[in-house]
Amino acid sequence: MKQFKGRVLAGGNWKGEAVVSHQGVNTLATFQKSALKNAKQVYASDQNNPDIYEKNITGKALCLPITIGSTTGGLVIQTVCAMKINPAAFLFSQHIDSLAASGIVLARIWENSPVIAIDQLGDEFLNTVKTGDTLEISEDGTVTVL
Amino acid sequence: MNKYKMQLTAEQQAILDGKQGEVKAKVLETLVMFGDIFGAEKLVPVTHKQGHLVTSFGIGLLKPLFSTMDKLIAGGVKAEGGFSVDPRPLDYANGKCNFLEKLVFDKILYSKQEMYENQLRKVGLTGSSKFTCACYLDEVGNQPKEGDVLSWAESSAVVYANSVLGARCNRNSGMLDLFGSIVGYVPYFGLLTDEGRKATWKVYVKTSKKPEAQVLGSAIGMKVMEDVPYVYGLDKFLGSELTDDVKAYLKDFGAATASNGAVGLYHIDSLTPEAKRLGEKLLAENCREYVIDDAELDRVYKSYPVMWKNKEKEGNLCFIGCPHLTYSQLCDWTDKIVASLKAANRKKVVVRTVLTSAPDVVAKFKQTKKYAELIATGATLTSICPLMYTNNPLTKMHRIMTNSNKLRTYSAARYYKDEEILKKITGVKEGK
Repeated sequence: MKQFKGRVLAGGNWKGEAVVSHQGVNTLATFQKSALKNAKQVYASDQNNPDIYEKNITGKALCLPITIGSTTGGLVIQTVCAMKINPAAFLFSQHIDSLAASGIVLARIWENSPVIAIDQLGDEFLNTVKTGDTLEISEDGTVTVL
Repeated sequence: MNKYKMQLTAEQQAILDGKQGEVKAKVLETLVMFGDIFGAEKLVPVTHKQGHLVTSFGIGLLKPLFSTMDKLIAGGVKAEGGFSVDPRPLDYANGKCNFLEKLVFDKILYSKQEMYENQLRKVGLTGSSKFTCACYLDEVGNQPKEGDVLSWAESSAVVYANSVLGARCNRNSGMLDLFGSIVGYVPYFGLLTDEGRKATWKVYVKTSKKPEAQVLGSAIGMKVMEDVPYVYGLDKFLGSELTDDVKAYLKDFGAATASNGAVGLYHIDSLTPEAKRLGEKLLAENCREYVIDDAELDRVYKSYPVMWKNKEKEGNLCFIGCPHLTYSQLCDWTDKIVASLKAANRKKVVVRTVLTSAPDVVAKFKQTKKYAELIATGATLTSICPLMYTNNPLTKMHRIMTNSNKLRTYSAARYYKDEEILKKITGVKEGK
């Protein structure tokens, strides 16, 4: 069991499974295929990200350094949150990037989404957590790898 | 009581308190919460009033977008300075589709296009020709000047405005681009600040010839991600003046840095405005370094996955112009296609070829005899967004080729360098 403390951007208590990307997650490339199909689950569709490609990320804790790619990114996060097919939590090892931040804010203010976002969890967090690990997230930004 | 850390002026606080309506309050709250995340201490005025929006497509599934737009319209708010917007997804007259594709586009994918364009007009869209990702081109006219603060999105436009024009804009997301234009303020952080514009990477270009813009940008984007690179050695190939050709090169280079990574600003030594003015004063302490030689570019190029089902077959559809081609690029591609066909003793391209450019650029090009020359080759010219076209799952029937690293990243299109793609579409055999 190992604990990490980050900065709470959108808080909440949650326990569930981790999906880990060691490279920046391209939001549009990752979510667009499932969103366009009106799918019930998001299977990550970014062919350039072997860590998460074709993995189910709906209702999981997506652990990542930052998001990258097109500036539609925030709107894409807002959309998947509105569709309720979003990752339950976005756990950033680095400072959140502007596109992901936009998406989290839009989802919270305009969709009343309970999506959780914590950033600055550190490189060691991303080196420790593995896809399939169970995580416990606390309101104060503590993430426990069980 | 303001629950946010940011210091607001009396006017801004009044907006947040709902004195100008509930909707405008929510718009401002979004910007304040967003700015708080980045430690922005204040909102600053948008000095270039014309916005640019990234979201141009009425995809039926983007319900949050349409419902938010409805709320804005009902609340009586709009972008007073107007805005341009990314390209339309469809153009049946010039971007041929079969019956099934049309059905999917019209009834499923872009079923809300007309409704959404009506919404855009109501909140400030400047004109029906302003659908382009390259809004900064002379012909389009949404051109900020050095030092201007913008509220734009579209990654390729933002990186161009910051780097080539010297304007100041963060990598805003869709919706926040419009929100900043509506209230006339954006949070002051990141690429708006002098500190945020400092480079944290020194990139040394040591190639034997001018690197392919899209591959060089891709290499740098994948390496530095969201950081600011200061690039040495490129002026050797590009010179020290921002000519039309150089600006076109930097447009394509920047789009690749922004889509293959998350670059919002780059400096090119002795070339881009801030690098010319400030030079190495733009370097932050303890910069990391990245050397790009022929071998590194080749490694990056060969790392691109080929997503076609049948990788051995030749491509059967080609898109050139993501981001939209400049006028000089359009002329140049026309000349190259015509010359290559002549050398191959052919009259028509052997692969369906679609060139894309801004509506205002296309209108100018149509006034020249080169337009007839281009059309005579069998190539077509349109103003759609190739990426939006490839969103249709039926496009998997095609093996799409492109010289755009952005399109490659977001679709199953296969990337080829300019010279390779020219040979493919004009039927020139390998080795010739």
